[in-house]
Amino acid sequence: MVVFDKPHALIDVPLHYCPGCTHGIIHRLVAEVIDELGIEGKTIGIAPVGCSVMAYNYFNCDMIEAAHGRAPAVATGVKRADPENHIVFTYQGDGDLASIGMAETVHAAARNENITVIFINNAIYGMTGGQMAPTSLPGQVTQTSPYGRDTKHCGFPIKVCEMLSELEGPEYLERVTVNSVKNIRTAKKAIKKAFQNQIDGKGFSLVEVISSCPTNWGMTPQAALKWIDDKMIPYYPLGVYKDRSAEKEAE
Amino acid sequence: MADKVLMKGNEAIAEAAIIAGCRHYFGYPITPQTEVAAYMAKKMPKIGGCFLQAESEIAAINMVYGVSSAGKRVMTSSSSPGISLKGEGLSYLAGSDLPALVVNVQRGGPGLGGIQPSQSDYFQATRGGGHGDYHMIVLAPASVQEMAELTVKGFDLADKYRMTSMILADGTMGQMMEPVSLDFDIKPAPEKPWATTGTKLEREHNIVNSLSLVPEELEMLNMKRYERYKQVEENETMYEEYMVDDADIVIAAFGIAARVSKNAVNEARKQGIKAGLIRPITLWPFPKAPFERAVEHAKAFISVELSMGQMIEDVKLATSCKVPVTLCNRVGGMIPSPEQVLKSIIEVNNGGVE
Repeated sequence: MVVFDKPHALIDVPLHYCPGCTHGIIHRLVAEVIDELGIEGKTIGIAPVGCSVMAYNYFNCDMIEAAHGRAPAVATGVKRADPENHIVFTYQGDGDLASIGMAETVHAAARNENITVIFINNAIYGMTGGQMAPTSLPGQVTQTSPYGRDTKHCGFPIKVCEMLSELEGPEYLERVTVNSVKNIRTAKKAIKKAFQNQIDGKGFSLVEVISSCPTNWGMTPQAALKWIDDKMIPYYPLGVYKDRSAEKEAE
Repeated sequence: MADKVLMKGNEAIAEAAIIAGCRHYFGYPITPQTEVAAYMAKKMPKIGGCFLQAESEIAAINMVYGVSSAGKRVMTSSSSPGISLKGEGLSYLAGSDLPALVVNVQRGGPGLGGIQPSQSDYFQATRGGGHGDYHMIVLAPASVQEMAELTVKGFDLADKYRMTSMILADGTMGQMMEPVSLDFDIKPAPEKPWATTGTKLEREHNIVNSLSLVPEELEMLNMKRYERYKQVEENETMYEEYMVDDADIVIAAFGIAARVSKNAVNEARKQGIKAGLIRPITLWPFPKAPFERAVEHAKAFISVELSMGQMIEDVKLATSCKVPVTLCNRVGGMIPSPEQVLKSIIEVNNGGVE
């Protein structure tokens, strides 16, 4: 009896991510969901610019590497090319989705584009060596906020789920994290729902995953997972921010 | 022969694209190309196509990137400032070897500039427009008929060479109306086994990508791409020659400037000056051959442009600066008159006699 196996949608190669990084967990969750829904053969994934830029080497489905921040626009094109037969997801970090690509994010959500967005929020630019992100916490020390993020000087972090929930467009917005087994299970449910919504034609579904970056946070992996509980979640509360179908049913 | 219809240049591009099998258009409003989008907005929903007004030029070109990745014919159109915004996407399309058709109905610049006709995006178009080593196939129509024909041709070339074809028109070409025949011989698009359309679990996954972190590999990709560009230069260069065979004074001009120049050439001939015209139809690849031939008998060349002198550099290169090349131009949305061009021909001709 097989009790543990690698998902088919994940290619059996070493990942380039740093030790203790949660990208590996989230990749696996996405791949498990693709397997369980039986959609690998019709799925096209869009990788961002950032730490997960090479995600195209890890997912077994067709993959596209987009320009920085433009994944939702590229996804729009792929989806519209064949709406009946394409399942399209983007996998984007906070710099990609909430800074340089904010316009593409907001408008894809406003159009209720029938795509799935996996949004990795680790409050830092990882790939380039730990600069301040649009989601870096007030006071957070980064390479480009060496004295801590001064909100008087460079403003406040952007809470993406809260912001998008004000739009009429999007179908589903949920914030999860992956710093414990329990939280990983909840995260997987959310990711699965975000893909199922697309299959059902419901529209724009975004799952924000609060993640850790031990390397650029300057912590051990364990301390980084604890920092999520202590610092990130109080600022970015977990939960469902929009679920239009559920709201309709409740009415 | 099919009937001709009276159409605006911008509309002719849109209709020709649909005839060529394009069912996806993404754009953002900007003068003087807006009729392309308006035409598509009206037509696409009725033929099962997709017109989508994007949130920006940047989004539009990336939507183009997405549809092209999925193997379908796709286009966007804009005018000069909007094309600058698309520059990033044009570079990525080239880096990922994706076919696309991009229309630039040029207006005066730089910056926000004006909304009247211009040819001042010649450098941007023929040198790529974005970052990195790459080219686009740049097509320069000089009539509404050519707006349509070169659109169809542009899709074919884009698919054949996995490149972006750019229609480099100007506000005059976009706005003027002429009779046009839309009777085209449409070739089916080639197979695209590289497209990301889902593996169906029947093949290895396809990856559309422009990232290559190993220098030796990235060098090889660039070399291979330029081998393909060489084929384009050898096989796809287009131009028109008008009274060049015995010409002393040869004008180089494209688009609206070529039409004006043709009148001036006719008038010069009436006055006994042996003038001729070379009209590049592909601006990249630039038609060097007719210039190499003409420089053997011409006393001088005149580059007539709606810019401060951009194509003139290619004319000088193609003629190896063996004889003088002068500029006759207007800018900012102004168009040289036939009289101005004739005056320039007479001056250059007299200068040559001395």
